[in-house]
Amino acid sequence: MSGIEFIPMGQSEKPPRAVWLAPLSVMLGSLMTLFPVVAVVPFLPPFGLMVLLGWRMVRGDSMRVWVPVLLGLFDDLASGQPLGSAMLLWTMCVLAIDVLDTRLVWRDFWQDWLIASGAIGFCLLAGRLVAAPIGAHVDTAVLLQIVASAALFPLVYRLCVWFDRDVRKS
Amino acid sequence: MAPPRNRRPGFSRRAQYGLFIGYVGLIGGGLIGGILLLLSTFNPPFFAPVRAVLSEITTPVASGFHWIRRGLGSIPDGIGSYFAVHGENARLKKRLANDAVTVARAQTLEQENRRLREMVKLRDVTTDAIVAARLVNSSSSSTRRYATLNAGSWQGVKRGQPVRDPNGLIGQVIETSPNSARVLLLADPESIVPVRRVRDGLPAIISGRGDGQVDVRSASVATMGFRVGDVFVTSGTGGVFSPNIPVARVIRTQGDIAIAQPTANPDALDFALVQQIFLPEPTPTPSPTAAPAEPKAP
Repeated sequence: MSGIEFIPMGQSEKPPRAVWLAPLSVMLGSLMTLFPVVAVVPFLPPFGLMVLLGWRMVRGDSMRVWVPVLLGLFDDLASGQPLGSAMLLWTMCVLAIDVLDTRLVWRDFWQDWLIASGAIGFCLLAGRLVAAPIGAHVDTAVLLQIVASAALFPLVYRLCVWFDRDVRKS
Repeated sequence: MAPPRNRRPGFSRRAQYGLFIGYVGLIGGGLIGGILLLLSTFNPPFFAPVRAVLSEITTPVASGFHWIRRGLGSIPDGIGSYFAVHGENARLKKRLANDAVTVARAQTLEQENRRLREMVKLRDVTTDAIVAARLVNSSSSSTRRYATLNAGSWQGVKRGQPVRDPNGLIGQVIETSPNSARVLLLADPESIVPVRRVRDGLPAIISGRGDGQVDVRSASVATMGFRVGDVFVTSGTGGVFSPNIPVARVIRTQGDIAIAQPTANPDALDFALVQQIFLPEPTPTPSPTAAPAEPKAP
Protein backbone atom coordinates (compact mmCIF):
# COMPACT_ATOMS: atom_id res chain seq x y z
CA MET A 1 0.00 0.00 0.00
CA SER A 2 2.51 2.63 1.14
CA GLY A 3 6.13 2.43 0.08
CA ILE A 4 8.01 -0.78 -0.41
CA GLU A 5 7.57 -3.50 2.13
CA PHE A 6 10.78 -5.21 3.21
CA ILE A 7 10.51 -8.99 2.88
CA PRO A 8 13.62 -10.78 4.13
CA MET A 9 15.25 -13.43 2.01
CA GLY A 10 13.72 -16.87 2.30
CA GLN A 11 10.39 -15.62 3.60
CA SER A 12 7.35 -15.58 1.41
CA GLU A 13 5.04 -12.65 0.94
CA LYS A 14 2.16 -12.33 3.41
CA PRO A 15 -0.89 -13.95 1.78
CA PRO A 16 -3.59 -11.43 0.85
CA ARG A 17 -6.56 -11.36 3.15
CA ALA A 18 -8.83 -12.38 0.25
CA VAL A 19 -7.78 -15.94 1.14
CA TRP A 20 -10.17 -15.94 4.07
CA LEU A 21 -12.20 -12.80 3.47
CA ALA A 22 -13.57 -13.79 0.06
CA PRO A 23 -15.28 -17.04 1.18
CA LEU A 24 -16.39 -15.40 4.44
CA SER A 25 -18.00 -12.44 2.67
CA VAL A 26 -19.80 -14.74 0.24
CA MET A 27 -21.17 -16.76 3.18
CA LEU A 28 -22.30 -13.60 4.92
CA GLY A 29 -24.01 -12.61 1.68
CA SER A 30 -25.84 -15.94 1.65
CA LEU A 31 -26.91 -15.36 5.24
CA MET A 32 -28.72 -12.14 4.26
CA THR A 33 -31.85 -14.35 4.26
CA LEU A 34 -31.79 -13.99 8.05
CA PHE A 35 -33.26 -10.53 7.45
CA PRO A 36 -36.28 -10.57 9.79
CA VAL A 37 -39.10 -10.37 7.26
CA VAL A 38 -41.51 -13.15 6.38
CA ALA A 39 -41.80 -12.46 2.67
CA VAL A 40 -44.67 -13.56 0.45
CA VAL A 41 -42.79 -12.78 -2.77
CA PRO A 42 -39.09 -13.23 -3.56
CA PHE A 43 -37.68 -9.74 -3.06
CA LEU A 44 -34.14 -10.16 -1.72
CA PRO A 45 -31.32 -10.19 -4.30
CA PRO A 46 -29.05 -13.27 -4.14
CA PHE A 47 -26.28 -11.50 -2.24
CA GLY A 48 -24.10 -14.61 -1.92
CA LEU A 49 -23.89 -15.00 -5.68
CA MET A 50 -23.39 -11.25 -6.17
CA VAL A 51 -20.43 -11.15 -3.76
CA LEU A 52 -18.94 -14.24 -5.42
CA LEU A 53 -19.20 -12.58 -8.85
CA GLY A 54 -17.82 -9.36 -7.40
CA TRP A 55 -14.70 -11.12 -6.12
CA ARG A 56 -14.36 -13.01 -9.38
CA MET A 57 -14.51 -9.77 -11.36
CA VAL A 58 -12.25 -7.77 -9.05
CA ARG A 59 -9.55 -10.41 -8.95
CA GLY A 60 -9.67 -13.68 -10.85
CA ASP A 61 -7.43 -15.56 -8.43
CA SER A 62 -9.05 -14.33 -5.23
CA MET A 63 -10.10 -17.84 -4.25
CA ARG A 64 -9.25 -21.40 -5.14
CA VAL A 65 -10.86 -22.70 -8.29
CA TRP A 66 -13.07 -25.26 -6.49
CA VAL A 67 -14.25 -23.01 -3.66
CA PRO A 68 -17.51 -21.87 -5.43
CA VAL A 69 -18.84 -25.44 -5.11
CA LEU A 70 -18.63 -25.36 -1.32
CA LEU A 71 -19.99 -21.81 -1.19
CA GLY A 72 -22.90 -22.94 -3.36
CA LEU A 73 -23.61 -25.79 -0.94
CA PHE A 74 -23.70 -23.31 1.94
CA ASP A 75 -26.02 -21.01 0.00
CA ASP A 76 -28.37 -23.93 -0.70
CA LEU A 77 -28.59 -24.63 3.03
CA ALA A 78 -29.41 -21.01 3.81
CA SER A 79 -31.60 -19.96 0.89
CA GLY A 80 -34.47 -22.45 0.76
CA GLN A 81 -33.76 -23.53 -2.80
CA PRO A 82 -33.47 -27.30 -3.33
CA LEU A 83 -30.06 -28.57 -2.23
CA GLY A 84 -27.59 -28.72 -5.11
CA SER A 85 -29.08 -25.96 -7.26
CA ALA A 86 -26.57 -23.24 -6.32
CA MET A 87 -23.74 -25.81 -6.35
CA LEU A 88 -24.54 -26.55 -9.98
CA LEU A 89 -25.52 -23.05 -11.16
CA TRP A 90 -22.68 -21.16 -9.48
CA THR A 91 -20.17 -23.65 -10.90
CA MET A 92 -21.61 -23.09 -14.37
CA CYS A 93 -21.33 -19.30 -13.92
CA VAL A 94 -17.72 -19.48 -12.75
CA LEU A 95 -16.75 -21.79 -15.61
CA ALA A 96 -18.48 -19.53 -18.13
CA ILE A 97 -16.58 -16.50 -16.77
CA ASP A 98 -13.31 -18.45 -17.00
CA VAL A 99 -14.06 -19.17 -20.65
CA LEU A 100 -14.96 -15.51 -21.27
CA ASP A 101 -11.65 -14.51 -19.66
CA THR A 102 -9.81 -16.24 -22.45
CA ARG A 103 -11.95 -14.57 -25.14
CA LEU A 104 -12.39 -10.99 -23.89
CA VAL A 105 -9.00 -10.34 -22.36
CA TRP A 106 -9.27 -6.55 -22.06
CA ARG A 107 -12.47 -5.49 -20.47
CA ASP A 108 -13.60 -2.68 -18.24
CA PHE A 109 -16.27 -2.28 -15.60
CA TRP A 110 -19.17 -2.06 -18.05
CA GLN A 111 -18.43 -5.47 -19.51
CA ASP A 112 -17.97 -6.87 -15.99
CA TRP A 113 -21.37 -5.49 -15.01
CA LEU A 114 -22.99 -6.94 -18.10
CA ILE A 115 -21.45 -10.38 -17.54
CA ALA A 116 -22.40 -10.36 -13.84
CA SER A 117 -25.98 -9.32 -14.66
CA GLY A 118 -26.20 -12.15 -17.15
CA ALA A 119 -24.91 -14.61 -14.56
CA ILE A 120 -27.37 -13.36 -11.90
CA GLY A 121 -30.26 -13.55 -14.35
CA PHE A 122 -29.28 -17.05 -15.42
CA CYS A 123 -29.01 -18.28 -11.81
CA LEU A 124 -32.32 -16.73 -10.74
CA LEU A 125 -34.27 -17.99 -13.75
CA ALA A 126 -32.77 -21.48 -13.58
CA GLY A 127 -33.33 -21.52 -9.82
CA ARG A 128 -36.98 -20.58 -10.38
CA LEU A 129 -37.35 -23.41 -12.90
CA VAL A 130 -35.93 -26.07 -10.58
CA ALA A 131 -37.55 -24.83 -7.37
CA ALA A 132 -41.11 -23.79 -8.24
CA PRO A 133 -43.57 -25.57 -10.52
CA ILE A 134 -43.93 -24.15 -14.02
CA GLY A 135 -47.45 -22.88 -13.30
CA ALA A 136 -46.44 -20.77 -10.31
CA HIS A 137 -47.08 -17.05 -10.71
CA VAL A 138 -43.63 -15.91 -9.65
CA ASP A 139 -42.18 -14.74 -12.95
CA THR A 140 -42.91 -11.04 -12.48
CA ALA A 141 -41.34 -11.10 -9.04
CA VAL A 142 -38.28 -12.93 -10.38
CA LEU A 143 -37.85 -10.41 -13.20
CA LEU A 144 -38.02 -7.53 -10.72
CA GLN A 145 -35.54 -9.39 -8.53
CA ILE A 146 -33.13 -9.73 -11.48
CA VAL A 147 -33.41 -6.01 -12.29
CA ALA A 148 -32.85 -5.04 -8.65
CA SER A 149 -29.87 -7.38 -8.33
CA ALA A 150 -28.28 -6.07 -11.52
CA ALA A 151 -28.79 -2.50 -10.30
CA LEU A 152 -27.19 -3.32 -6.93
CA PHE A 153 -24.20 -5.13 -8.41
CA PRO A 154 -21.94 -2.03 -8.71
CA LEU A 155 -22.26 -1.50 -4.94
CA VAL A 156 -21.22 -5.09 -4.29
CA TYR A 157 -18.34 -4.63 -6.73
CA ARG A 158 -17.18 -1.53 -4.86
CA LEU A 159 -17.41 -3.46 -1.61
CA CYS A 160 -15.21 -6.23 -3.00
CA VAL A 161 -12.68 -3.66 -4.26
CA TRP A 162 -12.64 -2.17 -0.77
CA PHE A 163 -12.16 -5.58 0.83
CA ASP A 164 -9.31 -6.26 -1.56
CA ARG A 165 -7.44 -2.99 -0.94
CA ASP A 166 -4.53 -4.65 0.88
CA VAL A 167 -3.20 -6.06 -2.40
CA ARG A 168 -0.86 -3.83 -4.37
CA LYS A 169 -2.33 -3.35 -7.80
CA SER A 170 0.33 -3.33 -10.49
CA MET B 1 -9.24 -4.10 -16.32
CA ALA B 2 -5.92 -5.56 -17.29
CA PRO B 3 -6.05 -9.05 -18.74
CA PRO B 4 -5.87 -11.65 -16.00
CA ARG B 5 -2.59 -13.31 -15.32
CA ASN B 6 -1.74 -16.16 -17.59
CA ARG B 7 -3.70 -19.22 -16.58
CA ARG B 8 -0.49 -21.24 -16.82
CA PRO B 9 1.11 -20.75 -13.40
CA GLY B 10 4.76 -20.79 -14.46
CA PHE B 11 7.00 -23.74 -15.17
CA SER B 12 6.35 -25.54 -11.91
CA ARG B 13 4.73 -28.89 -12.59
CA ARG B 14 3.31 -28.85 -9.10
CA ALA B 15 1.50 -25.58 -9.65
CA GLN B 16 0.20 -26.70 -13.05
CA TYR B 17 -1.18 -29.93 -11.63
CA GLY B 18 -2.64 -28.00 -8.71
CA LEU B 19 -4.62 -25.76 -11.06
CA PHE B 20 -5.71 -28.73 -13.15
CA ILE B 21 -6.91 -30.62 -10.09
CA GLY B 22 -8.70 -27.45 -8.98
CA TYR B 23 -10.69 -27.45 -12.21
CA VAL B 24 -11.38 -31.17 -11.87
CA GLY B 25 -12.71 -30.41 -8.38
CA LEU B 26 -14.87 -27.56 -9.66
CA ILE B 27 -16.46 -29.55 -12.47
CA GLY B 28 -16.79 -32.67 -10.32
CA GLY B 29 -18.38 -30.61 -7.55
CA GLY B 30 -20.79 -29.08 -10.04
CA LEU B 31 -21.80 -32.54 -11.23
CA ILE B 32 -22.27 -33.71 -7.64
CA GLY B 33 -24.42 -30.61 -7.18
CA GLY B 34 -26.52 -31.70 -10.15
CA ILE B 35 -27.00 -35.16 -8.64
CA LEU B 36 -27.95 -33.68 -5.26
CA LEU B 37 -30.39 -31.41 -7.08
CA LEU B 38 -32.06 -34.40 -8.72
CA LEU B 39 -32.23 -36.19 -5.37
CA SER B 40 -33.75 -33.20 -3.61
CA THR B 41 -36.20 -32.61 -6.44
CA PHE B 42 -37.60 -36.11 -6.25
CA ASN B 43 -37.34 -36.47 -2.47
CA PRO B 44 -37.51 -32.99 -0.89
CA PRO B 45 -37.17 -34.02 2.79
CA PHE B 46 -34.04 -36.06 2.01
CA PHE B 47 -31.60 -33.33 3.04
CA ALA B 48 -33.65 -31.96 5.95
CA PRO B 49 -31.06 -33.09 8.57
CA VAL B 50 -28.30 -31.17 6.75
CA ARG B 51 -30.40 -28.01 6.63
CA ALA B 52 -31.34 -28.53 10.27
CA VAL B 53 -27.69 -28.23 11.34
CA LEU B 54 -27.38 -24.78 9.81
CA SER B 55 -30.79 -23.60 10.96
CA GLU B 56 -29.93 -24.60 14.53
CA ILE B 57 -27.05 -22.13 14.37
CA THR B 58 -28.77 -19.35 12.44
CA THR B 59 -32.21 -19.32 14.06
CA PRO B 60 -31.02 -17.76 17.35
CA VAL B 61 -29.33 -15.02 15.31
CA ALA B 62 -32.50 -14.49 13.27
CA SER B 63 -34.53 -14.38 16.50
CA GLY B 64 -32.22 -11.62 17.71
CA PHE B 65 -32.72 -9.66 14.47
CA HIS B 66 -36.47 -10.16 14.78
CA TRP B 67 -36.37 -8.87 18.36
CA ILE B 68 -34.54 -5.76 17.16
CA ARG B 69 -37.12 -5.26 14.42
CA ARG B 70 -39.99 -5.52 16.89
CA GLY B 71 -38.24 -3.05 19.18
CA LEU B 72 -37.73 -0.54 16.39
CA GLY B 73 -41.23 -1.06 15.04
CA SER B 74 -42.87 -0.30 18.37
CA ILE B 75 -41.25 3.13 18.77
CA PRO B 76 -43.57 5.11 16.41
CA ASP B 77 -46.54 3.24 17.88
CA GLY B 78 -45.56 4.19 21.41
CA ILE B 79 -45.23 7.88 20.56
CA GLY B 80 -48.49 7.90 18.61
CA SER B 81 -50.50 6.19 21.35
CA TYR B 82 -49.23 8.68 23.93
CA PHE B 83 -50.88 11.54 22.06
CA ALA B 84 -53.99 9.68 20.93
CA VAL B 85 -54.91 8.30 24.33
CA HIS B 86 -57.65 10.82 25.20
CA GLY B 87 -59.66 10.40 22.04
CA GLU B 88 -59.25 6.64 22.25
CA ASN B 89 -60.59 6.59 25.81
CA ALA B 90 -63.79 8.35 24.81
CA ARG B 91 -64.23 6.16 21.76
CA LEU B 92 -63.74 2.95 23.71
CA LYS B 93 -66.27 3.99 26.38
CA LYS B 94 -68.84 4.61 23.67
CA ARG B 95 -68.12 1.28 22.03
CA LEU B 96 -68.37 -0.51 25.37
CA ALA B 97 -71.89 0.81 25.83
CA ASN B 98 -72.85 -0.28 22.34
CA ASP B 99 -71.37 -3.73 22.79
CA ALA B 100 -73.26 -4.50 26.00
CA VAL B 101 -76.37 -5.38 24.01
CA THR B 102 -74.45 -7.67 21.67
CA VAL B 103 -72.75 -9.40 24.57
CA ALA B 104 -76.08 -10.11 26.26
CA ARG B 105 -77.45 -11.61 23.07
CA ALA B 106 -74.29 -13.71 22.60
CA GLN B 107 -74.59 -15.04 26.13
CA THR B 108 -78.10 -16.28 25.56
CA LEU B 109 -77.03 -17.84 22.27
CA GLU B 110 -74.12 -19.56 23.96
CA GLN B 111 -76.37 -20.99 26.66
CA GLU B 112 -78.76 -22.26 24.08
CA ASN B 113 -75.90 -23.69 22.06
CA ARG B 114 -74.52 -25.53 25.10
CA ARG B 115 -77.95 -26.97 25.87
CA LEU B 116 -78.39 -28.16 22.30
CA ARG B 117 -74.91 -29.66 22.18
CA GLU B 118 -75.57 -31.58 25.37
CA MET B 119 -78.77 -32.80 23.84
CA VAL B 120 -77.01 -34.32 20.83
CA LYS B 121 -73.97 -35.32 22.89
CA LEU B 122 -71.67 -33.61 20.42
CA ARG B 123 -68.12 -33.59 21.63
CA ASP B 124 -65.62 -31.05 20.41
CA VAL B 125 -62.29 -32.41 19.27
CA THR B 126 -59.74 -30.56 21.33
CA THR B 127 -57.22 -28.82 19.14
CA ASP B 128 -54.83 -27.44 21.67
CA ALA B 129 -51.96 -25.25 20.66
CA ILE B 130 -48.68 -27.02 21.23
CA VAL B 131 -46.53 -23.95 21.36
CA ALA B 132 -46.69 -20.24 20.57
CA ALA B 133 -43.54 -19.12 18.78
CA ARG B 134 -42.38 -16.52 16.32
CA LEU B 135 -41.69 -16.71 12.62
CA VAL B 136 -38.29 -15.05 12.55
CA ASN B 137 -37.13 -15.15 8.95
CA SER B 138 -38.02 -16.60 5.59
CA SER B 139 -36.59 -17.64 2.24
CA SER B 140 -36.75 -14.08 0.94
CA SER B 141 -34.50 -14.64 -2.07
CA SER B 142 -36.08 -17.90 -3.24
CA THR B 143 -39.23 -18.57 -5.23
CA ARG B 144 -40.32 -21.05 -2.57
CA ARG B 145 -42.10 -19.68 0.48
CA TYR B 146 -40.64 -21.08 3.67
CA ALA B 147 -40.49 -19.38 7.04
CA THR B 148 -38.42 -20.34 10.06
CA LEU B 149 -40.17 -20.88 13.38
CA ASN B 150 -38.03 -20.44 16.47
CA ALA B 151 -39.36 -23.54 18.21
CA GLY B 152 -38.60 -27.12 17.33
CA SER B 153 -38.91 -30.74 18.37
CA TRP B 154 -37.75 -29.97 21.92
CA GLN B 155 -40.89 -27.83 22.27
CA GLY B 156 -43.05 -30.59 20.80
CA VAL B 157 -43.28 -29.36 17.20
CA LYS B 158 -43.63 -32.23 14.76
CA ARG B 159 -43.68 -32.55 10.99
CA GLY B 160 -47.09 -31.91 9.44
CA GLN B 161 -48.58 -29.81 12.20
CA PRO B 162 -50.63 -26.77 11.14
CA VAL B 163 -49.48 -23.28 12.06
CA ARG B 164 -52.04 -20.52 12.56
CA ASP B 165 -52.60 -17.19 14.18
CA PRO B 166 -55.83 -15.61 15.46
CA ASN B 167 -56.66 -14.32 11.97
CA GLY B 168 -56.29 -17.58 10.13
CA LEU B 169 -54.09 -20.31 8.77
CA ILE B 170 -50.43 -19.58 8.02
CA GLY B 171 -49.07 -22.90 6.87
CA GLN B 172 -47.74 -26.25 7.89
CA VAL B 173 -44.54 -27.48 9.56
CA ILE B 174 -42.48 -29.47 7.06
CA GLU B 175 -39.10 -29.90 8.74
CA THR B 176 -38.12 -29.82 12.38
CA SER B 177 -34.84 -29.62 14.18
CA PRO B 178 -34.32 -29.47 17.97
CA ASN B 179 -34.84 -25.73 18.33
CA SER B 180 -36.24 -24.52 15.02
CA ALA B 181 -38.73 -25.63 12.44
CA ARG B 182 -39.46 -24.86 8.81
CA VAL B 183 -42.97 -23.77 7.89
CA LEU B 184 -44.39 -24.11 4.38
CA LEU B 185 -46.46 -20.96 4.00
CA LEU B 186 -49.94 -20.97 2.48
CA ALA B 187 -48.72 -18.91 -0.50
CA ASP B 188 -46.07 -21.45 -1.52
CA PRO B 189 -46.71 -22.87 -5.01
CA GLU B 190 -46.77 -26.40 -3.60
CA SER B 191 -49.05 -25.87 -0.60
CA ILE B 192 -52.56 -27.35 -0.81
CA VAL B 193 -55.31 -26.99 1.81
CA PRO B 194 -58.78 -28.53 1.66
CA VAL B 195 -61.39 -25.88 2.52
CA ARG B 196 -65.11 -25.21 2.42
CA ARG B 197 -67.06 -22.06 1.71
CA VAL B 198 -68.56 -20.50 4.85
CA ARG B 199 -71.76 -19.47 3.07
CA ASP B 200 -72.92 -22.92 1.91
CA GLY B 201 -70.20 -25.44 2.75
CA LEU B 202 -69.08 -25.88 -0.87
CA PRO B 203 -65.91 -28.00 -0.74
CA ALA B 204 -62.89 -26.48 -2.45
CA ILE B 205 -59.13 -26.71 -2.61
CA ILE B 206 -56.80 -23.81 -1.99
CA SER B 207 -53.33 -23.90 -3.52
CA GLY B 208 -50.62 -21.26 -3.36
CA ARG B 209 -49.71 -19.16 -6.38
CA GLY B 210 -46.28 -17.98 -5.28
CA ASP B 211 -47.10 -14.28 -5.42
CA GLY B 212 -48.71 -13.98 -2.00
CA GLN B 213 -52.19 -14.98 -3.16
CA VAL B 214 -53.89 -18.34 -3.48
CA ASP B 215 -56.02 -20.12 -6.08
CA VAL B 216 -59.40 -21.55 -5.09
CA ARG B 217 -60.70 -24.53 -7.07
CA SER B 218 -64.05 -26.15 -6.53
CA ALA B 219 -63.75 -29.75 -5.36
CA SER B 220 -67.30 -30.75 -6.21
CA VAL B 221 -68.64 -31.69 -9.63
CA ALA B 222 -71.09 -28.85 -9.85
CA THR B 223 -68.94 -25.83 -10.49
CA MET B 224 -70.95 -23.08 -8.94
CA GLY B 225 -69.31 -19.75 -9.56
CA PHE B 226 -67.28 -18.09 -6.89
CA ARG B 227 -68.17 -14.57 -5.86
CA VAL B 228 -65.89 -11.80 -4.72
CA GLY B 229 -65.92 -11.74 -0.94
CA ASP B 230 -66.49 -15.46 -0.43
CA VAL B 231 -64.70 -16.62 2.71
CA PHE B 232 -63.16 -20.07 2.95
CA VAL B 233 -62.32 -21.98 6.12
CA THR B 234 -60.54 -25.29 6.56
CA SER B 235 -62.87 -28.26 6.23
CA GLY B 236 -60.93 -30.84 8.24
CA THR B 237 -60.80 -33.16 5.25
CA GLY B 238 -57.57 -35.12 5.20
CA GLY B 239 -57.19 -34.89 8.94
CA VAL B 240 -54.32 -32.41 9.05
CA PHE B 241 -55.96 -29.03 9.56
CA SER B 242 -58.66 -28.82 12.17
CA PRO B 243 -61.93 -27.44 10.77
CA ASN B 244 -63.09 -23.82 10.79
CA ILE B 245 -59.75 -22.02 10.65
CA PRO B 246 -60.19 -19.03 8.31
CA VAL B 247 -57.97 -19.39 5.26
CA ALA B 248 -58.70 -16.89 2.50
CA ARG B 249 -61.15 -14.41 1.01
CA VAL B 250 -61.85 -14.22 -2.73
CA ILE B 251 -60.71 -10.98 -4.35
CA ARG B 252 -61.40 -11.77 -8.00
CA THR B 253 -62.62 -14.61 -10.14
CA GLN B 254 -61.12 -16.12 -13.29
CA GLY B 255 -63.51 -18.54 -14.92
CA ASP B 256 -63.70 -21.70 -12.87
CA ILE B 257 -61.06 -20.70 -10.36
CA ALA B 258 -60.96 -17.74 -8.04
CA ILE B 259 -58.01 -15.80 -6.69
CA ALA B 260 -58.09 -15.18 -2.98
CA GLN B 261 -56.09 -13.29 -0.40
CA PRO B 262 -55.03 -15.24 2.72
CA THR B 263 -56.65 -13.84 5.85
CA ALA B 264 -53.46 -14.08 7.90
CA ASN B 265 -50.44 -11.98 6.99
CA PRO B 266 -47.41 -13.99 8.14
CA ASP B 267 -45.25 -10.89 8.39
CA ALA B 268 -47.56 -8.87 10.61
CA LEU B 269 -48.30 -11.45 13.23
CA ASP B 270 -46.90 -11.44 16.72
CA PHE B 271 -47.07 -15.10 17.64
CA ALA B 272 -47.79 -18.15 15.53
CA LEU B 273 -49.61 -21.04 17.18
CA VAL B 274 -48.57 -24.56 16.31
CA GLN B 275 -51.55 -26.92 16.60
CA GLN B 276 -51.94 -30.65 16.92
CA ILE B 277 -52.61 -32.57 13.75
CA PHE B 278 -56.41 -32.79 13.65
CA LEU B 279 -56.70 -36.59 13.46
CA PRO B 280 -53.19 -37.79 14.33
CA GLU B 281 -53.36 -41.55 13.87
CA PRO B 282 -56.21 -44.01 13.97
CA THR B 283 -56.82 -45.39 17.46
CA PRO B 284 -56.04 -49.11 17.64
CA THR B 285 -59.17 -51.19 17.23
CA PRO B 286 -59.94 -53.33 20.29
CA SER B 287 -59.15 -56.97 19.75
CA PRO B 288 -62.24 -59.22 19.59
CA THR B 289 -61.03 -61.44 22.47
CA ALA B 290 -60.87 -58.60 24.96
CA ALA B 291 -64.20 -57.07 23.97
CA PRO B 292 -66.67 -59.60 25.52
CA ALA B 293 -65.00 -59.37 28.94
CA GLU B 294 -65.83 -55.72 29.34
CA PRO B 295 -69.66 -55.63 29.50
CA LYS B 296 -69.66 -57.92 32.56
CA ALA B 297 -68.17 -55.20 34.70
CA PRO B 298 -70.88 -53.08 36.40
